[in-house]
Amino acid sequence: MSASGTPGFDEMHAPDGSVRPAYRGYQQWLCEQEDGWMRRKHLEAEDFFRRTGITFNVYGDNDAEERLIPFDMVPRIISSSEWRRLSKGIEQRVRALNAFMHDLYHRQEIIRSGRLPERLFRNNAAWLPQMVGFTPPGGVYTHITGIDLVRTGPDEFLVLEDNARTPSGVSYMLENRETMMAMFPELFSKVKVQSVSDYPNRLAKSLAACAPEGAPANPTVAVLTPGIYNSAYFEHAFLADQMGAELVEGSDLRVIDGQVQMRTTVGFKPVHVLYRRVDDEFLDPLTFNPASMLGVPGIMDVYRAGNITIANAPGTGVADDKAIYSFMPEIVEFYTGEKALLPNVDTWRCADADSLKYVLDHLAELVVKEVHGSGGYGMLIGPTSSKKEIAAFRAKLEANPANYIAQPTLALSTCPIFTKHGLAPRHVDLRPFVLCSPGGVDITPGGLTRVALKKGSLVVNSSQGGGTKDSWVLDD
Amino acid sequence: MLGRVANGIFWMYRYLERAENTARLLEAGQRMALTRGVDSATREWTSVLTTLGLRQAYEMRHDDFASAHVCDFILRSKSNPQSVLAMLEAARTSARLCRSTITAEVWEAVNEGWMTLSAMLAKPVKESTLNTVLAAVRRESTLARGATHGSMLRNEAYSFARLGTFLERADNTARILDVKYYLLLPSVSYVGTPLDTGQWENVLRSLAGNRAYRWLNSGRMDARSIADFLILDERFPRSLVFCYGVMRENLAQLALAHGSETQAHEMMRAADIQLSGKSVQDVFDRGLHEFIIDFIAGNRAIADAIAAEYRFTA
Repeated sequence: MSASGTPGFDEMHAPDGSVRPAYRGYQQWLCEQEDGWMRRKHLEAEDFFRRTGITFNVYGDNDAEERLIPFDMVPRIISSSEWRRLSKGIEQRVRALNAFMHDLYHRQEIIRSGRLPERLFRNNAAWLPQMVGFTPPGGVYTHITGIDLVRTGPDEFLVLEDNARTPSGVSYMLENRETMMAMFPELFSKVKVQSVSDYPNRLAKSLAACAPEGAPANPTVAVLTPGIYNSAYFEHAFLADQMGAELVEGSDLRVIDGQVQMRTTVGFKPVHVLYRRVDDEFLDPLTFNPASMLGVPGIMDVYRAGNITIANAPGTGVADDKAIYSFMPEIVEFYTGEKALLPNVDTWRCADADSLKYVLDHLAELVVKEVHGSGGYGMLIGPTSSKKEIAAFRAKLEANPANYIAQPTLALSTCPIFTKHGLAPRHVDLRPFVLCSPGGVDITPGGLTRVALKKGSLVVNSSQGGGTKDSWVLDD
Repeated sequence: MLGRVANGIFWMYRYLERAENTARLLEAGQRMALTRGVDSATREWTSVLTTLGLRQAYEMRHDDFASAHVCDFILRSKSNPQSVLAMLEAARTSARLCRSTITAEVWEAVNEGWMTLSAMLAKPVKESTLNTVLAAVRRESTLARGATHGSMLRNEAYSFARLGTFLERADNTARILDVKYYLLLPSVSYVGTPLDTGQWENVLRSLAGNRAYRWLNSGRMDARSIADFLILDERFPRSLVFCYGVMRENLAQLALAHGSETQAHEMMRAADIQLSGKSVQDVFDRGLHEFIIDFIAGNRAIADAIAAEYRFTA
């Protein structure tokens, strides 16, 4: 049962108890395993993760500077035909996002045509006037995108969120698979799963293909991290390591002779492509936040002179805005000339008086989110909130309606997790990772499945107690 | 490679080496405290604290030299920023910082060791488990070094790892020798006379050299032979000559990779002249203490030159 009281879609079991086709191979293998052995494996997985140092810092939790992100060893399985359909929709969406970014920072046709209200990006802190009239190398804005999908039925996949700023979590996708293969090698000989392991190579290739004009054939790619105290540091180091790229901090970089250069043991060397995991605001203290210690003074001048590629392009965070999200069906249609293959979740924009009235009248049933929020912070889940919490949220909403959107509480699909008492269903979502370069759009089969570990919970964010699963796309 | 990362590697291995050396000092000290009277125990702990440069800090907080207090202070006290726990944390932080330069095997060795030890050191260590804890500290350092040897590319990063390890080790050997020499030989007239073998064996023990020394010198314990062994024996992996041999090799590797030498290479050559071709008699003629004071200063100058020439921080 989902939180809204309607029976949810379970991805493994049909209502009659039978196992759905995608899970049959796994189920067969599972039946052959002893319970005690599986329980030992469960503990082993935790140990494995702790040893390799997969940690996820949770803001505001000082005692657990590095907390373990829980891993569940039951895979989330998608058939190859489901995936083919999904990936078409994802590719369409990412192409549209990239075209949308180019338009927003150039002629703004979509606004002239009246399809998108101008106030939406004028009031958006992620919109950067410095990007107006500038085209990034290769015309690529969204080098790496994470599209968050939820499922509500056999054929119902919906987009919940677009992450075009700096989507994280891809290292978990890779490590989850490594963990599963190390723990259950024989399972992978029984069930054929599409590989995800070449993601770092594809990322390196995709980023190199976006190098600025005049860069050498083998451009220097570096990953810019805020440093070891950042919650995603592990991922930054992991990706740099896997790509064979340098992992740099702002203090390693300096603008010299119109180029961004890094301080090596033998002097300064130019960087051609910077995969930055630092927010726009901190990228360049001369252009943005002057107090930033994380960025590189003058990098925006080098960027605008076309001498470095920044991935993702500054200013793409506009697309993460949940009010913009609500226009995605129109945006996709405007730039691709096709209907969006992947639907949005119904969304009420509280900036509209009629919508606001509806939302205020139905707070107890809805999920209300801040338009610029992320990570599951600052949201209201009506059905699981107390009267007091709802009243407090109502006051915030009435004070600044344009800061919020609302969505129905979805009956998110469930997938079993391993518990002390055997398998039990929990809600899941899916974040596939999408690469974009002049060579095209490249989607790694699968992605990161996040799972709410608490019974009935709909919040899958790792910062709010969620876990992850290995996500399989079958090779059938 | 990045200067900042070279710095991280260099210090990661210095901290691991220092943690290991500190564990050895404590093991030897504990043994002394157990086998001798209260007075020699106090003397022993004073010398351990002096060697580690912690005597003042310790005396500000404690009035006695009880084994439990000394061990707790050195191993895990929050009021001691140089505690073994702090060093292991610093080593792990450095390892995190150069996570994409060290191999997964090295990272796992350091990370696992840190997890085990920070759990062991979360509470005061009981006398009954002290040896287990100290052995675990040595093991962490040994595992990291072994993983380094077995899995890292022989490139710049490896050279900085070795430089950090052996620069720290040389410093440690020199300090122990200096402090013990002062403590055990109140007057120069003692040089060459038969010694309190238990005390000297302890010096060797804290440098993991007691067996090797006995084997080479068939049990003869005198200050001259021991100094000869710890300073000039090319076969002993903690002697000053041995440490400088490894440092010279690795600086040469860096020069080869970069196509040029640095100030650090020149200083290394000068230090080599000070060490090589010396006999232990030359050292004693000059004065062992003076020799070591110069050595420690020279060692630090080489570390500074490496940091400056390879752009560790600027």
